[in-house]
Amino acid sequence: MARISVEVDGIAYEDDVEPRLLLVHYLRDRLGKTGTPIGCDTTNCGACTVLLDGTSVKSCSVLAVQADGCDVTTIEGVSSDGEWHPVQKAFHEEHALQCGYCTPGMILASIDLLKDDPDPSEEAVRQGLEGNLCRCTGYCNIVRAVRRAAQEMRVTTP
Amino acid sequence: MIPASFDYFRPSTIEEAVDVLAGAGEEAKVLAGGHSLLPLLRLRLAYPTALVDVGRVAGLRGVSDRGDHVLIGATTTHDEVVRSPIVREHCPLVALATATVADPAVRHRGTFGGSLAHADPAGDLPAVALALDMVLEVRSPAGERAIPAAGFFLDYLESALAPGEILTGVRVPKLGPGWGFHYEKFHRTAQAWATVGVAAAVRQSNGTVEEVRVGLTNMGSTPVRATAVEEAARGVEAGQNGGLRRAAEQAAEGTDPPADLHAQPDYRMHLARVLTHRALLSASAHRSPAT
Repeated sequence: MARISVEVDGIAYEDDVEPRLLLVHYLRDRLGKTGTPIGCDTTNCGACTVLLDGTSVKSCSVLAVQADGCDVTTIEGVSSDGEWHPVQKAFHEEHALQCGYCTPGMILASIDLLKDDPDPSEEAVRQGLEGNLCRCTGYCNIVRAVRRAAQEMRVTTP
Repeated sequence: MIPASFDYFRPSTIEEAVDVLAGAGEEAKVLAGGHSLLPLLRLRLAYPTALVDVGRVAGLRGVSDRGDHVLIGATTTHDEVVRSPIVREHCPLVALATATVADPAVRHRGTFGGSLAHADPAGDLPAVALALDMVLEVRSPAGERAIPAAGFFLDYLESALAPGEILTGVRVPKLGPGWGFHYEKFHRTAQAWATVGVAAAVRQSNGTVEEVRVGLTNMGSTPVRATAVEEAARGVEAGQNGGLRRAAEQAAEGTDPPADLHAQPDYRMHLARVLTHRALLSASAHRSPAT
Protein backbone atom coordinates (compact mmCIF):
# COMPACT_ATOMS: atom_id res chain seq x y z
CA MET A 1 0.00 0.00 0.00
CA ALA A 2 1.10 3.53 -0.71
CA ARG A 3 -0.20 6.65 0.98
CA ILE A 4 -1.41 9.41 -1.31
CA SER A 5 -2.87 12.82 -0.72
CA VAL A 6 -4.85 14.43 -3.51
CA GLU A 7 -7.27 17.27 -3.82
CA VAL A 8 -10.30 16.30 -5.89
CA ASP A 9 -12.86 18.92 -6.89
CA GLY A 10 -11.68 21.15 -4.06
CA ILE A 11 -11.71 18.54 -1.29
CA ALA A 12 -8.50 17.08 0.15
CA TYR A 13 -8.25 13.31 0.55
CA GLU A 14 -5.63 11.05 2.09
CA ASP A 15 -5.80 7.37 1.26
CA ASP A 16 -3.83 4.16 1.26
CA VAL A 17 -3.93 2.68 -2.21
CA GLU A 18 -2.47 -0.27 -4.02
CA PRO A 19 0.17 1.00 -6.47
CA ARG A 20 -1.70 -0.69 -9.32
CA LEU A 21 -4.91 1.29 -8.66
CA LEU A 22 -5.74 3.45 -11.67
CA LEU A 23 -6.75 7.05 -11.03
CA VAL A 24 -10.15 6.48 -12.65
CA HIS A 25 -10.88 3.57 -10.31
CA TYR A 26 -9.76 5.64 -7.33
CA LEU A 27 -12.12 8.45 -8.35
CA ARG A 28 -15.08 6.18 -9.01
CA ASP A 29 -14.74 3.34 -6.50
CA ARG A 30 -13.10 5.09 -3.55
CA LEU A 31 -14.44 8.62 -3.80
CA GLY A 32 -17.75 7.78 -5.50
CA LYS A 33 -17.03 10.26 -8.30
CA THR A 34 -18.96 8.28 -10.88
CA GLY A 35 -19.32 11.35 -13.08
CA THR A 36 -16.08 10.15 -14.66
CA PRO A 37 -16.99 7.15 -16.84
CA ILE A 38 -14.71 4.41 -18.13
CA GLY A 39 -15.03 4.00 -21.87
CA CYS A 40 -12.45 1.99 -23.73
CA ASP A 41 -9.92 1.34 -20.96
CA THR A 42 -7.17 1.51 -23.61
CA THR A 43 -6.26 5.23 -23.66
CA ASN A 44 -8.24 5.77 -26.84
CA CYS A 45 -11.67 7.21 -26.20
CA GLY A 46 -11.08 10.00 -23.68
CA ALA A 47 -14.34 9.41 -21.76
CA CYS A 48 -12.38 9.30 -18.47
CA THR A 49 -10.58 12.61 -19.11
CA VAL A 50 -10.01 14.72 -15.98
CA LEU A 51 -7.78 17.71 -15.28
CA LEU A 52 -4.61 16.87 -13.37
CA ASP A 53 -3.08 20.09 -12.05
CA GLY A 54 -5.20 21.86 -14.65
CA THR A 55 -4.15 19.76 -17.64
CA SER A 56 -6.28 17.16 -19.42
CA VAL A 57 -5.25 13.54 -18.89
CA LYS A 58 -6.94 10.20 -19.45
CA SER A 59 -7.46 8.92 -15.93
CA CYS A 60 -7.46 5.27 -17.06
CA SER A 61 -3.79 5.78 -17.95
CA VAL A 62 -2.57 7.37 -14.76
CA LEU A 63 -1.90 5.47 -11.55
CA ALA A 64 -3.45 6.93 -8.42
CA VAL A 65 0.05 7.02 -6.91
CA GLN A 66 1.21 9.20 -9.80
CA ALA A 67 -1.45 11.74 -8.83
CA ASP A 68 -0.07 11.98 -5.29
CA GLY A 69 0.19 15.65 -4.30
CA CYS A 70 -1.84 16.76 -7.31
CA ASP A 71 -5.06 18.62 -7.85
CA VAL A 72 -7.74 16.69 -9.78
CA THR A 73 -10.81 18.25 -11.37
CA THR A 74 -13.60 15.98 -12.58
CA ILE A 75 -16.85 16.90 -14.28
CA GLU A 76 -18.37 17.08 -10.79
CA GLY A 77 -16.11 19.98 -9.90
CA VAL A 78 -16.45 22.31 -12.88
CA SER A 79 -19.63 24.14 -11.89
CA SER A 80 -19.45 26.79 -9.22
CA ASP A 81 -22.08 28.24 -6.86
CA GLY A 82 -24.73 26.09 -8.48
CA GLU A 83 -23.94 27.65 -11.87
CA TRP A 84 -22.92 25.43 -14.76
CA HIS A 85 -19.58 26.05 -16.38
CA PRO A 86 -19.97 27.92 -19.70
CA VAL A 87 -18.84 24.78 -21.56
CA GLN A 88 -21.53 22.72 -19.79
CA LYS A 89 -24.14 25.33 -20.70
CA ALA A 90 -23.03 25.42 -24.32
CA PHE A 91 -23.16 21.61 -24.61
CA HIS A 92 -26.73 21.78 -23.32
CA GLU A 93 -27.77 24.60 -25.59
CA GLU A 94 -26.17 23.22 -28.74
CA HIS A 95 -27.43 19.69 -28.14
CA ALA A 96 -23.83 18.46 -28.11
CA LEU A 97 -24.71 15.14 -26.55
CA GLN A 98 -27.06 12.29 -27.08
CA CYS A 99 -26.23 9.35 -24.81
CA GLY A 100 -23.87 11.56 -22.81
CA TYR A 101 -21.20 8.95 -22.15
CA CYS A 102 -18.38 10.92 -23.78
CA THR A 103 -19.62 14.25 -22.43
CA PRO A 104 -17.64 14.56 -19.17
CA GLY A 105 -14.40 13.89 -21.05
CA MET A 106 -15.41 16.17 -23.92
CA ILE A 107 -16.16 19.01 -21.51
CA LEU A 108 -12.92 18.68 -19.56
CA ALA A 109 -10.84 18.39 -22.74
CA SER A 110 -12.68 21.47 -24.06
CA ILE A 111 -11.97 23.46 -20.89
CA ASP A 112 -8.28 22.65 -21.28
CA LEU A 113 -8.38 23.52 -24.99
CA LEU A 114 -10.01 26.92 -24.31
CA LYS A 115 -7.44 27.74 -21.65
CA ASP A 116 -4.82 27.44 -24.38
CA ASP A 117 -6.78 28.93 -27.26
CA PRO A 118 -9.64 31.23 -26.19
CA ASP A 119 -10.88 31.61 -29.78
CA PRO A 120 -10.36 28.30 -31.58
CA SER A 121 -11.31 27.78 -35.20
CA GLU A 122 -13.49 24.82 -36.08
CA GLU A 123 -10.35 22.99 -37.20
CA ALA A 124 -8.56 23.81 -33.92
CA VAL A 125 -11.48 22.39 -31.92
CA ARG A 126 -11.44 19.20 -33.98
CA GLN A 127 -7.68 18.88 -33.49
CA GLY A 128 -7.92 19.70 -29.80
CA LEU A 129 -10.59 17.07 -29.20
CA GLU A 130 -9.01 14.36 -31.35
CA GLY A 131 -8.45 12.24 -28.25
CA ASN A 132 -12.15 12.18 -27.37
CA LEU A 133 -14.49 9.91 -29.27
CA CYS A 134 -18.25 10.34 -29.61
CA ARG A 135 -20.19 7.43 -31.06
CA CYS A 136 -23.67 8.89 -31.32
CA THR A 137 -24.25 12.64 -31.60
CA GLY A 138 -21.35 13.16 -33.95
CA TYR A 139 -18.99 16.02 -33.73
CA CYS A 140 -20.77 18.93 -35.45
CA ASN A 141 -22.74 20.05 -32.43
CA ILE A 142 -19.82 19.42 -30.11
CA VAL A 143 -17.59 21.70 -32.18
CA ARG A 144 -20.36 24.29 -32.27
CA ALA A 145 -20.77 24.08 -28.49
CA VAL A 146 -17.08 24.57 -27.81
CA ARG A 147 -16.96 27.63 -30.05
CA ARG A 148 -20.11 29.01 -28.43
CA ALA A 149 -18.58 28.49 -24.98
CA ALA A 150 -15.42 30.23 -26.15
CA GLN A 151 -17.45 33.24 -27.22
CA GLU A 152 -19.35 33.23 -23.93
CA MET A 153 -16.15 33.03 -21.89
CA ARG A 154 -14.52 35.86 -23.84
CA VAL A 155 -17.53 38.06 -23.09
CA THR A 156 -17.69 37.23 -19.38
CA THR A 157 -13.92 37.26 -18.74
CA PRO A 158 -12.45 40.02 -20.89
CA MET B 1 -8.44 -4.58 -16.95
CA ILE B 2 -6.69 -4.05 -13.65
CA PRO B 3 -2.90 -4.47 -13.81
CA ALA B 4 -1.21 -7.28 -11.89
CA SER B 5 0.36 -6.25 -8.56
CA PHE B 6 3.77 -4.65 -8.44
CA ASP B 7 5.95 -2.83 -5.95
CA TYR B 8 6.21 0.90 -6.48
CA PHE B 9 9.18 3.17 -5.85
CA ARG B 10 9.37 6.91 -6.41
CA PRO B 11 12.97 8.09 -6.09
CA SER B 12 13.70 11.80 -6.19
CA THR B 13 17.26 11.82 -7.52
CA ILE B 14 18.88 9.95 -10.39
CA GLU B 15 21.40 8.34 -8.02
CA GLU B 16 18.57 7.01 -5.90
CA ALA B 17 16.66 5.87 -9.00
CA VAL B 18 19.63 3.89 -10.29
CA ASP B 19 20.15 2.26 -6.89
CA VAL B 20 16.49 1.39 -6.48
CA LEU B 21 16.31 -0.06 -9.99
CA ALA B 22 19.44 -2.13 -9.37
CA GLY B 23 17.92 -3.53 -6.20
CA ALA B 24 14.48 -4.19 -7.65
CA GLY B 25 15.41 -7.22 -9.72
CA GLU B 26 15.41 -8.07 -13.42
CA GLU B 27 11.65 -7.83 -13.79
CA ALA B 28 11.51 -4.20 -12.67
CA LYS B 29 10.50 -1.52 -15.18
CA VAL B 30 11.07 2.21 -15.27
CA LEU B 31 7.89 4.30 -15.26
CA ALA B 32 7.85 7.86 -16.60
CA GLY B 33 4.58 9.13 -18.13
CA GLY B 34 3.35 5.57 -18.37
CA HIS B 35 1.57 6.04 -21.67
CA SER B 36 3.28 3.09 -23.30
CA LEU B 37 3.77 1.02 -20.16
CA LEU B 38 0.40 1.38 -18.42
CA PRO B 39 -1.60 0.18 -21.44
CA LEU B 40 0.62 -2.92 -21.52
CA LEU B 41 0.03 -3.51 -17.80
CA ARG B 42 -3.69 -3.01 -18.17
CA LEU B 43 -3.90 -5.49 -21.01
CA ARG B 44 -1.70 -7.81 -18.91
CA LEU B 45 0.82 -8.03 -21.69
CA ALA B 46 3.55 -7.17 -19.18
CA TYR B 47 4.01 -8.27 -15.57
CA PRO B 48 6.80 -6.24 -14.00
CA THR B 49 7.40 -7.04 -10.33
CA ALA B 50 8.30 -3.45 -9.56
CA LEU B 51 7.92 -0.01 -11.11
CA VAL B 52 10.53 2.66 -10.50
CA ASP B 53 8.73 5.95 -11.12
CA VAL B 54 11.24 8.49 -12.43
CA GLY B 55 8.47 11.05 -13.05
CA ARG B 56 9.67 13.24 -10.20
CA VAL B 57 13.40 12.72 -10.44
CA ALA B 58 15.01 16.15 -10.45
CA GLY B 59 16.98 17.14 -13.53
CA LEU B 60 15.44 14.71 -16.02
CA ARG B 61 12.84 17.11 -17.33
CA GLY B 62 13.29 20.05 -19.67
CA VAL B 63 15.08 21.17 -22.80
CA SER B 64 18.43 22.93 -22.90
CA ASP B 65 20.63 24.38 -25.61
CA ARG B 66 24.10 22.80 -25.42
CA GLY B 67 25.80 24.60 -28.28
CA ASP B 68 26.16 22.01 -31.03
CA HIS B 69 23.18 20.01 -29.80
CA VAL B 70 19.94 20.28 -27.89
CA LEU B 71 19.53 18.12 -24.79
CA ILE B 72 15.99 16.88 -24.18
CA GLY B 73 15.52 15.45 -20.68
CA ALA B 74 14.06 11.95 -20.71
CA THR B 75 10.91 12.85 -18.76
CA THR B 76 10.11 15.96 -20.78
CA THR B 77 6.52 15.47 -21.94
CA HIS B 78 5.58 15.52 -25.61
CA ASP B 79 3.57 18.66 -24.95
CA GLU B 80 6.62 20.38 -23.45
CA VAL B 81 8.75 19.30 -26.43
CA VAL B 82 6.25 20.71 -28.93
CA ARG B 83 6.06 24.02 -27.05
CA SER B 84 9.80 24.39 -26.49
CA PRO B 85 11.20 27.40 -28.40
CA ILE B 86 14.63 25.69 -28.41
CA VAL B 87 13.22 22.55 -30.04
CA ARG B 88 11.19 24.54 -32.55
CA GLU B 89 14.19 26.61 -33.54
CA HIS B 90 16.93 24.00 -33.62
CA CYS B 91 15.17 20.67 -34.19
CA PRO B 92 11.91 21.43 -35.98
CA LEU B 93 11.61 17.82 -37.17
CA VAL B 94 11.28 16.72 -33.53
CA ALA B 95 8.51 19.28 -32.96
CA LEU B 96 6.71 18.32 -36.19
CA ALA B 97 6.73 14.59 -35.42
CA THR B 98 5.93 14.97 -31.73
CA ALA B 99 2.88 17.09 -32.54
CA THR B 100 1.44 14.04 -34.36
CA VAL B 101 1.86 11.68 -31.38
CA ALA B 102 -1.57 10.41 -30.28
CA ASP B 103 -3.72 13.27 -28.92
CA PRO B 104 -3.37 16.25 -26.54
CA ALA B 105 -4.18 14.35 -23.31
CA VAL B 106 -1.63 11.66 -24.17
CA ARG B 107 0.97 14.30 -25.04
CA HIS B 108 0.43 15.88 -21.62
CA ARG B 109 1.65 12.67 -19.91
CA GLY B 110 3.74 10.74 -22.42
CA THR B 111 7.45 11.53 -22.40
CA PHE B 112 10.12 11.95 -25.04
CA GLY B 113 12.50 9.51 -23.34
CA GLY B 114 9.76 7.01 -22.65
CA SER B 115 8.79 6.85 -26.31
CA LEU B 116 12.36 6.07 -27.31
CA ALA B 117 13.05 3.62 -24.48
CA HIS B 118 9.85 1.75 -25.37
CA ALA B 119 11.43 1.13 -28.81
CA ASP B 120 8.14 0.65 -30.61
CA PRO B 121 8.85 0.75 -34.37
CA ALA B 122 5.31 2.12 -34.84
CA GLY B 123 6.09 5.06 -32.55
CA ASP B 124 6.84 8.32 -34.33
CA LEU B 125 9.95 9.37 -32.46
CA PRO B 126 12.30 6.40 -32.99
CA ALA B 127 12.43 7.08 -36.76
CA VAL B 128 13.18 10.74 -36.04
CA ALA B 129 15.93 9.73 -33.61
CA LEU B 130 17.52 7.64 -36.36
CA ALA B 131 17.19 10.29 -39.05
CA LEU B 132 18.75 12.96 -36.85
CA ASP B 133 21.49 10.71 -35.40
CA MET B 134 20.40 11.45 -31.84
CA VAL B 135 22.55 10.17 -28.98
CA LEU B 136 20.90 8.64 -25.92
CA GLU B 137 22.45 9.24 -22.50
CA VAL B 138 21.94 6.45 -19.98
CA ARG B 139 22.85 5.95 -16.37
CA SER B 140 23.45 2.82 -14.30
CA PRO B 141 25.31 1.91 -11.11
CA ALA B 142 28.38 1.44 -13.35
CA GLY B 143 28.21 5.07 -14.48
CA GLU B 144 27.11 6.86 -17.61
CA ARG B 145 27.29 5.94 -21.27
CA ALA B 146 26.04 7.39 -24.53
CA ILE B 147 24.36 5.23 -27.17
CA PRO B 148 23.97 6.47 -30.76
CA ALA B 149 20.42 6.02 -32.06
CA ALA B 150 21.78 3.79 -34.84
CA GLY B 151 22.74 1.24 -32.19
CA PHE B 152 19.82 1.74 -29.82
CA PHE B 153 16.86 0.01 -31.46
CA LEU B 154 17.60 -3.71 -31.49
CA ASP B 155 14.25 -5.36 -32.15
CA TYR B 156 10.52 -4.98 -31.58
CA LEU B 157 10.15 -3.21 -28.17
CA GLU B 158 13.79 -4.04 -27.49
CA SER B 159 16.42 -1.39 -26.98
CA ALA B 160 20.10 -1.40 -26.10
CA LEU B 161 19.21 -0.39 -22.52
CA ALA B 162 20.64 -3.07 -20.23
CA PRO B 163 18.75 -4.10 -17.09
CA GLY B 164 19.54 -1.47 -14.48
CA GLU B 165 20.10 1.31 -17.00
CA ILE B 166 17.92 4.42 -17.05
CA LEU B 167 17.64 6.76 -20.02
CA THR B 168 18.32 10.24 -18.67
CA GLY B 169 18.38 12.47 -21.72
CA VAL B 170 18.73 12.65 -25.47
CA ARG B 171 21.16 14.76 -27.47
CA VAL B 172 19.70 16.07 -30.70
CA PRO B 173 22.45 17.42 -32.97
CA LYS B 174 21.74 20.78 -34.55
CA LEU B 175 21.90 20.41 -38.31
CA GLY B 176 22.65 24.03 -39.09
CA PRO B 177 21.25 26.22 -41.87
CA GLY B 178 19.85 25.17 -45.21
CA TRP B 179 17.85 22.19 -44.00
CA GLY B 180 14.13 21.62 -44.38
CA PHE B 181 12.08 19.08 -42.48
CA HIS B 182 8.85 17.15 -42.65
CA TYR B 183 7.15 14.25 -40.89
CA GLU B 184 4.59 12.52 -43.10
CA LYS B 185 2.28 10.19 -41.21
CA PHE B 186 -0.39 7.96 -42.66
CA HIS B 187 -2.93 6.64 -40.19
CA ARG B 188 -6.53 5.61 -40.26
CA THR B 189 -7.88 7.60 -37.31
CA ALA B 190 -6.77 10.75 -35.54
CA GLN B 191 -4.87 9.19 -32.65
CA ALA B 192 -3.93 5.86 -34.21
CA TRP B 193 -0.35 4.73 -34.65
CA ALA B 194 1.21 5.39 -38.02
CA THR B 195 0.45 2.69 -40.58
CA VAL B 196 3.66 4.09 -42.05
CA GLY B 197 5.47 7.32 -41.18
CA VAL B 198 8.38 9.11 -42.84
CA ALA B 199 10.73 11.54 -41.12
CA ALA B 200 12.65 13.55 -43.71
CA ALA B 201 15.36 16.18 -43.62
CA VAL B 202 16.64 17.77 -46.82
CA ARG B 203 19.55 20.14 -47.33
CA GLN B 204 19.69 21.91 -50.64
CA SER B 205 21.70 24.60 -52.28
CA ASN B 206 20.71 26.55 -55.40
CA GLY B 207 17.97 24.10 -56.26
CA THR B 208 20.15 21.01 -55.88
CA VAL B 209 19.62 18.46 -53.14
CA GLU B 210 22.90 18.07 -51.30
CA GLU B 211 22.00 15.80 -48.42
CA VAL B 212 18.95 13.85 -47.33
CA ARG B 213 18.07 11.90 -44.20
CA VAL B 214 15.07 9.62 -44.04
CA GLY B 215 13.76 7.57 -41.11
CA LEU B 216 10.83 5.18 -41.54
CA THR B 217 8.17 4.41 -38.93
CA ASN B 218 6.51 0.97 -38.80
CA MET B 219 8.45 -0.57 -41.69
CA GLY B 220 10.11 -3.35 -39.68
CA SER B 221 10.76 -4.63 -36.19
CA THR B 222 12.84 -1.51 -35.57
CA PRO B 223 12.71 1.99 -37.05
CA VAL B 224 14.57 2.00 -40.37
CA ARG B 225 16.95 4.46 -41.98
CA ALA B 226 16.23 4.60 -45.71
CA THR B 227 19.86 4.76 -46.80
CA ALA B 228 19.08 3.86 -50.43
CA VAL B 229 16.86 6.93 -50.70
CA GLU B 230 19.49 9.09 -49.04
CA GLU B 231 22.11 8.02 -51.60
CA ALA B 232 19.78 8.27 -54.59
CA ALA B 233 18.60 11.76 -53.63
CA ARG B 234 22.05 13.30 -53.36
CA GLY B 235 22.69 15.71 -56.20
CA VAL B 236 19.24 15.59 -57.78
CA GLU B 237 17.26 18.66 -58.69
CA ALA B 238 14.79 19.72 -55.99
CA GLY B 239 11.13 20.28 -56.72
CA GLN B 240 8.15 18.43 -58.14
CA ASN B 241 9.83 17.50 -61.43
CA GLY B 242 13.31 16.84 -60.11
CA GLY B 243 14.75 13.48 -59.09
CA LEU B 244 13.12 13.13 -55.68
CA ARG B 245 10.39 10.84 -56.97
CA ARG B 246 12.93 8.42 -58.38
CA ALA B 247 14.91 8.54 -55.13
CA ALA B 248 11.76 7.85 -53.11
CA GLU B 249 11.17 4.71 -55.19
CA GLN B 250 13.98 3.15 -53.13
CA ALA B 251 12.17 3.72 -49.82
CA ALA B 252 11.06 0.13 -49.24
CA GLU B 253 14.43 -1.34 -50.11
CA GLY B 254 15.72 -3.64 -47.39
CA THR B 255 12.60 -3.25 -45.23
CA ASP B 256 10.57 -6.06 -43.72
CA PRO B 257 7.29 -4.37 -42.75
CA PRO B 258 4.75 -6.05 -40.50
CA ALA B 259 1.33 -7.35 -41.50
CA ASP B 260 -1.64 -6.39 -39.34
CA LEU B 261 -5.29 -5.41 -39.56
CA HIS B 262 -4.43 -2.08 -41.14
CA ALA B 263 -1.99 -3.10 -43.85
CA GLN B 264 -0.13 -5.97 -45.47
CA PRO B 265 3.61 -5.69 -46.15
CA ASP B 266 3.25 -4.91 -49.88
CA TYR B 267 0.84 -2.08 -49.10
CA ARG B 268 3.21 -0.70 -46.46
CA MET B 269 6.03 -0.79 -49.04
CA HIS B 270 3.84 1.14 -51.46
CA LEU B 271 3.01 3.65 -48.71
CA ALA B 272 6.69 4.06 -47.85
CA ARG B 273 7.50 5.05 -51.44
CA VAL B 274 4.57 7.45 -51.80
CA LEU B 275 4.97 9.03 -48.36
CA THR B 276 8.73 9.39 -48.75
CA HIS B 277 8.20 11.34 -51.94
CA ARG B 278 5.69 13.60 -50.21
CA ALA B 279 7.95 14.04 -47.20
CA LEU B 280 10.96 14.94 -49.36
CA LEU B 281 8.94 17.46 -51.37
CA SER B 282 7.53 19.08 -48.24
CA ALA B 283 10.88 19.11 -46.48
CA SER B 284 12.57 20.79 -49.44
CA ALA B 285 9.75 23.34 -49.65
CA HIS B 286 10.04 24.26 -45.97
CA ARG B 287 13.70 25.01 -45.96
CA SER B 288 14.98 27.17 -43.12
CA PRO B 289 16.68 30.36 -44.28
CA ALA B 290 20.36 29.82 -45.04
CA THR B 291 21.70 32.21 -42.47
